[in-house]
Order: sequence, then structure tokens, then C-alpha cells
Amino acid sequence: MPNHQPVANSRFEPRITAFFCNWCTYLAADLAGTSRMKYAPNTRVIRVMCSGRIDPQFVLDAFAHGADGVLIGGCHPGDCHYQEGNYKALRRYYLLKRMLMDMGIEEDRFRLEWISAAEGDRVRTVINDMVEKVRALGPLDLRTPIPETLPEEVTV
Amino acid sequence: MATKPKVAFYWCASCGGCEEAVVDLAEAVLDVVAAVDIVFWPVALDFKRHDVEAMPDGSILATFLNGAIRSTEQQEMAHLLRAKSKLLIAFGSCAQLGGIPGLANLFEAQDILKAAYCDPTSNVNPEGVLPLTHCTNNGHSLELPEFSKHVRTLDQVVPVDYYVPGCPPTPKMLANAVQILLSGELPPRGSVLAPDRALCEECPRKDSKPEKLSITAFKRPQEVLIDEQTCLLAQGLMCLGSSTRSGCEALCITGNMPCTGCCGPTSRVRDQGAKALSALASMLESKEDADIERALAAIPDPVGTFYRYGLPASLLHGKRLDKHAETRRAGS
Repeated sequence: MPNHQPVANSRFEPRITAFFCNWCTYLAADLAGTSRMKYAPNTRVIRVMCSGRIDPQFVLDAFAHGADGVLIGGCHPGDCHYQEGNYKALRRYYLLKRMLMDMGIEEDRFRLEWISAAEGDRVRTVINDMVEKVRALGPLDLRTPIPETLPEEVTV
Repeated sequence: MATKPKVAFYWCASCGGCEEAVVDLAEAVLDVVAAVDIVFWPVALDFKRHDVEAMPDGSILATFLNGAIRSTEQQEMAHLLRAKSKLLIAFGSCAQLGGIPGLANLFEAQDILKAAYCDPTSNVNPEGVLPLTHCTNNGHSLELPEFSKHVRTLDQVVPVDYYVPGCPPTPKMLANAVQILLSGELPPRGSVLAPDRALCEECPRKDSKPEKLSITAFKRPQEVLIDEQTCLLAQGLMCLGSSTRSGCEALCITGNMPCTGCCGPTSRVRDQGAKALSALASMLESKEDADIERALAAIPDPVGTFYRYGLPASLLHGKRLDKHAETRRAGS
């Protein structure tokens, strides 16, 4: 993992992978940008069409590739562009969160938020808050079994 | 007389069930023996490691290796058999995905040794002696293989040519694999020698699966009388058939038990557990947080449920280890 080891005397900067839905939260992040709101620069946003599109494999893959936290943003319940995609995301989220905790990944590293297209300010609050919480937890530093030879990378 | 192709069987961290699968070939084992020379099979034949070491490299056509890799000895044998074999086949869930022994990746190696050698009340071990790799006793130098930090799949240790899934693979799957290897028409390297589609496709209850699966609660087999005709998912049972490769001919379903996922994922899935979790959680009808959490509470052990056979092969490989544990242990 490049640039991941905290350098002495410098603050640990968490890396957060954010999956935002095309119709609400991504637009909210756009709004935050056009409104020139300042917030922590630690997230890498990936746009997906719907929070229901987020396969739990995406979340695990993000952690496996060095994310210190994963944030999912979707439309408020009842507002899903595809009617019920966000409910599917919600159900998976609860089970995946519990499984991640069993795997030693703290609760605050995985978060789901409903943010509508009008809530640019909420993007700022949520990201700032999550960055601080993950910073307090420190690097994820997965010490999972390192294979001697890796099987060929399979794209998720 | 033309020499017959040579075949070897070996076991690493496994229970012996995969060896049973070979024995379960029953009379068909005679056909196998007629077609090949079995040159190494510790569970049944008296060949030793030095016999394998004496063979020229690549002289074995195929080695069927079952079991995960947990010790330095297993690792050495994997390397040795890899060198001596043209084809190395990961046989069964443990070699392919880590299997049941792979669940040990939820614990630290030292804690496992302690649980086995110090904690059981039937063990008398007041000094807390754990297995050592070297030890001298009465002038004799003794050696034991080292217990690795993690359970690894076979392909995390050496390159693997083919996989035969299952816990254990059915005799039919083994016979099919032997036939493919002897035919000379080999599938692409890295193939799993089983159909590349989900178990639901060959499930005898397929027709009873409703178009939209929607349930309000998960049930465990001991809690309900399972209807023998209806799709198990429709009955609220945690059947992993939708995220598991077929090939077993739905043995568990035929026995009226849900699929637990032993045949691993299809080629389109990287992480079987994540996929199974996704499929089952999405089936819930509830929309309220509290209802969802209540329904999901019926899955007390998500890791053990969804990664029963595949934790070492999963994206996270196991539990995130406590990086301070060793420091603490050294301090105490």
C-alpha cells in the first residue's frame, strides 16, 4: 500500500471510499462543490446509479485495497429513483456491518447515509465527521494472510 | 507394455472426507486403477515422501491434493508435488477455498495453540508447553513442522492447474475430473471442473421458486418443519444455492437441507460470502431499520454462515488481526 504508513510527526490521513448514488448523494456532493463548501479531502467518490447497485464485494474490495473507511450515500427512503434500491442497500448494510465487525473492522469504518440532492451541507458534515472518527481509529492496517503467490486478480 | 499415466493423491489440512470420496468411487475405482498407476497415496498405499523425491520432475500426470495449507510441512509437500506433477488439482473445498479449517483465520495462531494445548480441562499442561519446531531431549534432536500464522488455499502457495470443488467432491465429480485429464482435451488452466452455473439452476425445487423472493424472517433448519417440495429460500431458510456453483446434483436439497455453499462461487463471483450475504439480505421484506435488524438477528454468525468453506479465499482472507496482540503477549 503506497503512501499509507503515517510518517513520524505527521497526522494520519484516512482514505475513505465513498459510493454515492447518481440521483441524490452524488448531486448533493456536486452541490457542495458548486457552493464552495470546504470539507475534508479524504474521500474518493465513486458514482453508482443506485445505492442498491452496491455489491458487498465492492465494500470488501475497497477495504482489501487500502481504504480505511467506506461510506455509502443514497436517496432517502421513499425517494429512490428506482423505487426500492435503497431499501436493498439498507438491508445489506446492516448484515454486512455486523459481519465486518466480526472480522475486526470497527463500526465507524462503514457508514450508510441518506443524502438528498438538496443536502450539500449534509455531505460536508457527514464526510468531516467520518474522517475524524476514522482518523481516531487509525489506519485499517489489514494484516490478513499474505499469499506466497497470488492467484490472478479477478475483477469484481 | 505402455506405461500408464501416474496419479498421486495427497492430503494437507483436511478431515479425510475427500479421501472418502476416492474410496466412494466403489467399483469405479477399479476402472481408475486400470487406467492409471497410483504412485503416492498416503492414506491407502505405503509410499513415502522419499519415494516422491526420487521421481523425476513432471513425471506424475496429475496430483489430487486435498486440504488447506496450515503448516510448513504441508507447504513443502505442496511444493514437492507441484514440481513432480504436470497437473496439480486442488481437490475439495479446503484446497480450493480454505474450507472449514479456513475458519481458523478468525483467530490468532498462538490463541489456537493455546486453546488446543493449554485450555482443555482434560490436558495436564501446567507449564503451558506449546509445540516447538526444535527441541532436544536426552541428546536427541527433535523437529516438528511449524504451525503457520494463517490457513491458506493451495493456490496461495503454489500454482494450481484445476479445481474440483465440494466438501467433499462427489465420486461422480472425481470420476469426471479423471476422465477429463485422461482424455487429453484439457480445459483452460485454472478451470473449475464443475458446471459454471449456480446450484439453483439444477435444483429439483427450481419450479417452486416464486418470481420475487420476499420473506419476513429467516429460519434455521432446527426451528421449522421443512416442506420437501418448496424452494427453501421461499420458506425463509438460508439456502446458499443462488451463490454456489452447481455440480453436486443438489445433494443437500435432496436431503431436505439448505445448501451451505461448499462448491464455492461461479467464475463471475470473486467473493462468495459477500454475494450470498447480498442475496439473502435483499430478500427481506422489511423497510424499517428495527424490523430489518430484528430479522437479521436470526443470522447469529454471518462469517460462519457465508464463509463456511471459503474464508481464506475471500477478499479479506480472515479476521483483521490485532496488531498490538504480539506486543502485549511479549509484555505479559
